[in-house]
Amino acid sequence: MATPVLDKVEAESAASPYITVTFRIRRFNPEVSAEAAWQDFTLEIDPKERVLDGLHKIKWDVDGTLTFRRSCAHGICGSDAMRINGKNRLACKTLIKDINPEKPITVEPIKGLTVLKDLVVDMEPFFQAYRDVMPFLITKDTNEPTRERFQTAEDRERFDDTTKCILCAACTSSCPVFWNDGQYFGPAAIVNAHRFIFDSRDEAGEQRLEILNDKDGVWRCRTTFNCTDACPRGIEVTKAIQEVKRALITRRF
Amino acid sequence: MATTETTAAGIGPVEGGSVYDVDNPAPLIEAPRQRTKKTPRSTRGNFEMGAWLFMRLSGVVLVVLVLGHLLIQLVLDGGVSKIGFAFVAGRWASPFWQVWDLLMLWLAMLHGTNGLRTVINDYAERANTRLWLKGLLYTAAVFTILLGTLVIFTFDPNIR
Repeated sequence: MATPVLDKVEAESAASPYITVTFRIRRFNPEVSAEAAWQDFTLEIDPKERVLDGLHKIKWDVDGTLTFRRSCAHGICGSDAMRINGKNRLACKTLIKDINPEKPITVEPIKGLTVLKDLVVDMEPFFQAYRDVMPFLITKDTNEPTRERFQTAEDRERFDDTTKCILCAACTSSCPVFWNDGQYFGPAAIVNAHRFIFDSRDEAGEQRLEILNDKDGVWRCRTTFNCTDACPRGIEVTKAIQEVKRALITRRF
Repeated sequence: MATTETTAAGIGPVEGGSVYDVDNPAPLIEAPRQRTKKTPRSTRGNFEMGAWLFMRLSGVVLVVLVLGHLLIQLVLDGGVSKIGFAFVAGRWASPFWQVWDLLMLWLAMLHGTNGLRTVINDYAERANTRLWLKGLLYTAAVFTILLGTLVIFTFDPNIR
């Protein structure tokens, strides 16, 4: 055996992939204190696991009062959007090795919405804006599902990008205009309006454009691209908003 | 008065200490985007679109007007040292420069005012702060535009 020491080290590292990671979580419990505060948790965790796994470890093994939303845990339900290391992400799509585990990983609730407890926020204003843009198919003659509504591949491609939205609110809660008074419709609502405005089968595009011509509609967008950066589905959110603006202008002039 | 005492955490004892009761309920703070009786029925309209378009179009025109202005005033033909009462009087004798300066004044003022209006809308959080800041802004803008326009049209080169 020429290199017994090396072999041993390799065997040891293979046996234990765990590293020590500090989670710095923004805790808030209105029944205990009116103030939110940071709390550190130190865990042994595999860096190939996700932030959500870390939160699970804390909740299941360390502190059962830690409160957060998650449903599918696979990046589709849009429940666990949170501000991780200062950036809006889905906890279930963020690997620990990708966000520098050497330093404490900060986890906060998304901004601009009222915090109810720990990482849980009141999503009602967000969904109100979503409902306001009428995110459902509207046709003039009949809404009855009597026949299939055909569409060419090109027509489907037109709004393909905005069909990917999972309503996680990562974009809307990253928007500095939304942070101010929360009256702006927000990127998510505009993306979901875009999905129907540019759908060849839908016939209420004009109504939706009129809704977004609001004082707090698309014209409050400052094209800071925070929403595009934040979107865990990779939707070009700012581009969609600009397309709605262009549609509003070109239908008048 | 132990009943009205609040702890450092801001949570006071609940029993008996409240100034609110069934007949005198605490004021309800509405959540944003909630539909209430006080919510305006519609804040739709083409004003914001017009403002947005104006910013783009006036910006393009201002690039020409302002850069041309700076070039003529500061660089060409002897630079800034040539500027004096006589130079201004000579320029404003021509309707072309009158129109140029008037257009520049109006577009720059409206462009800047509209930009600051958006900044106030984005950053001032309370309705009262907004009202006062915008009032100050509009007053200053109207004053500058009117004064500038008056000077351009009533400029007298023979003033003593």
